Amino acid sequence: MPTFLRETSLKRHNVLDLLFRNLTRVSAFGVLALLAAIIGSLVMGSMPAINAFGFGFLTSSEWDPVNDQFGALIPIVGTLITSGIALLIAIPVSFGIALFLTELSPRILRRPLGIAIELLAGIPSIIYGMWGLFVFAPLFADHIEPWLNDRFGAMPYIGPFLSGPPMGIGMLTAGIILAIMVIPFIAAVMRDVFEIVPTLLKESAYGLGSTTWEVMWNIVLPYTKIGVVGGIMLGLGRALGETMAVTFVIGNAHELHKSLLMPGNSIASALANEFTEAYGELYTSALIELGLILFFITFVVLSLARFMLYKLGQREGKVT
Amino acid sequence: MNAENIANPKIVVKNLNFYYGNDRALKDINLNIAEKMVTAFIGPSGCGKSTLLRTFNRMYQLYPKQKATGEIILDGANILDKSQDLNMLRAKIGMVFQKPTPFPMSIYDNIAFGVKLYENLSKNDMDERVEWALRKAALWTEAKDKLKQSGTSLSGGQQQRLCIARAIAVKPQVMLLDEPTSALDPISTAHIEKLIDELKEDFTIVIVTHNMQQAARVSDYTAYMYLGDLIEFGDTSMVFTNPKRKETEDYITGRFG
Repeated sequence: MPTFLRETSLKRHNVLDLLFRNLTRVSAFGVLALLAAIIGSLVMGSMPAINAFGFGFLTSSEWDPVNDQFGALIPIVGTLITSGIALLIAIPVSFGIALFLTELSPRILRRPLGIAIELLAGIPSIIYGMWGLFVFAPLFADHIEPWLNDRFGAMPYIGPFLSGPPMGIGMLTAGIILAIMVIPFIAAVMRDVFEIVPTLLKESAYGLGSTTWEVMWNIVLPYTKIGVVGGIMLGLGRALGETMAVTFVIGNAHELHKSLLMPGNSIASALANEFTEAYGELYTSALIELGLILFFITFVVLSLARFMLYKLGQREGKVT
Repeated sequence: MNAENIANPKIVVKNLNFYYGNDRALKDINLNIAEKMVTAFIGPSGCGKSTLLRTFNRMYQLYPKQKATGEIILDGANILDKSQDLNMLRAKIGMVFQKPTPFPMSIYDNIAFGVKLYENLSKNDMDERVEWALRKAALWTEAKDKLKQSGTSLSGGQQQRLCIARAIAVKPQVMLLDEPTSALDPISTAHIEKLIDELKEDFTIVIVTHNMQQAARVSDYTAYMYLGDLIEFGDTSMVFTNPKRKETEDYITGRFG
């Protein structure tokens, strides 16, 4: 009775299909619900601080737990600046690494170098923090900061940003450590996406007489831009939220300085340091609001990245 | 191996050998490429026809283990000579590949890309050059209203003509076509073949094809290769109607390959 068998099995398939469809739907909506719940609890938790300080919370640099006065400007600035420094260093270096690994490196070196980069990505952030504090910061204070002071300290415009006592710890140090931490992420993604560029496409550009640099810059990079921006966002996401390593080297001072050599604070680092000692509703609430702001910054950055890709697509003629 | 008496060779290949690592892929090739004619390389897969083509612009040099020995003389100079400037060589010798490879940019920029590598043209001159190249490649009427759109928005056949236009725009002397229609439908293929016929007025064309009818239709000279050897080379009509070698006859009559 083959027909009969077929019918029951079809019915069974339908039921299974329905089950499976709903299961995937629940998972997908579960993520949305979780996101909403996190935002909700952050907003609720920060209500007391929002009520007390309003918008002034974003622009005030005062952080005085004793008198219950809180402003987020210093950690916001610290987070943005350290992440900015990190990307400024990490993007070109990662591009160089990926370019070398995909185009220039002898085949025999590709695997070991690739693995080394992936290992670098796997090192726990606490190790970077300790290395930064005990090894890098003293070196930086002894050799690099004095040099920066001498070389740039007196220059107009950039001078004030690069002068100050050589303490080793500070925003610049934190930015550099962050750069070292995010390079493996960005480089690994860039290498992966560069590798999927069709050989023929590259040969076409070489065939017109392009140099390796022209092929990479004009063909490979535009071809892989979505992946490259994705990799950079992954790195930026890590830099914005990085806590441990930054705490070790940023100085954790609620002070606003022009100089990048001076200590500062970042959102994640302030949260980690102060949550245990936060007494009183307003203090806790101010910290939760900091978390909300970090969340918001990440969201804005991701949206900007999307917008940038859209604009690039427009220039290339994909969107009309 | 009879190097035909081509009166006015654009390229002279002398004792060319090619190696992938230790594998010898071309064996003592001697061949003349006639100026402003179409020369076709045919033969079964792995016979070395694409390899031979890729020595003419030293494309193989991208890959560390590949090397060529012998001479390929273009305008009196040996292409394989180390002192030969690669970028200038590739300005003289354009190439089109098995699949359309539009660059990730607008149609206009696709064509301007190669030109910008060698010439510093004003906006007007560049516009003219782009139009010229697109007209030569028989794409102007289809593309003139969407120059700002992405090259990938064109159909496969149009993309391949875009690639031809891109190669032409640099004003090369020689065009290398590596199975240019293998990824295209019959109508697009017919377009390209017609185009090749027109292009030989200005350019010396070398085409690799695994389609024998195509070789018979478009080429003036045909080289039949097998396992790295140049088996027979001569007038296309002679090679197809009255081959001198048994192997060639077997291949073109379909008894082999």
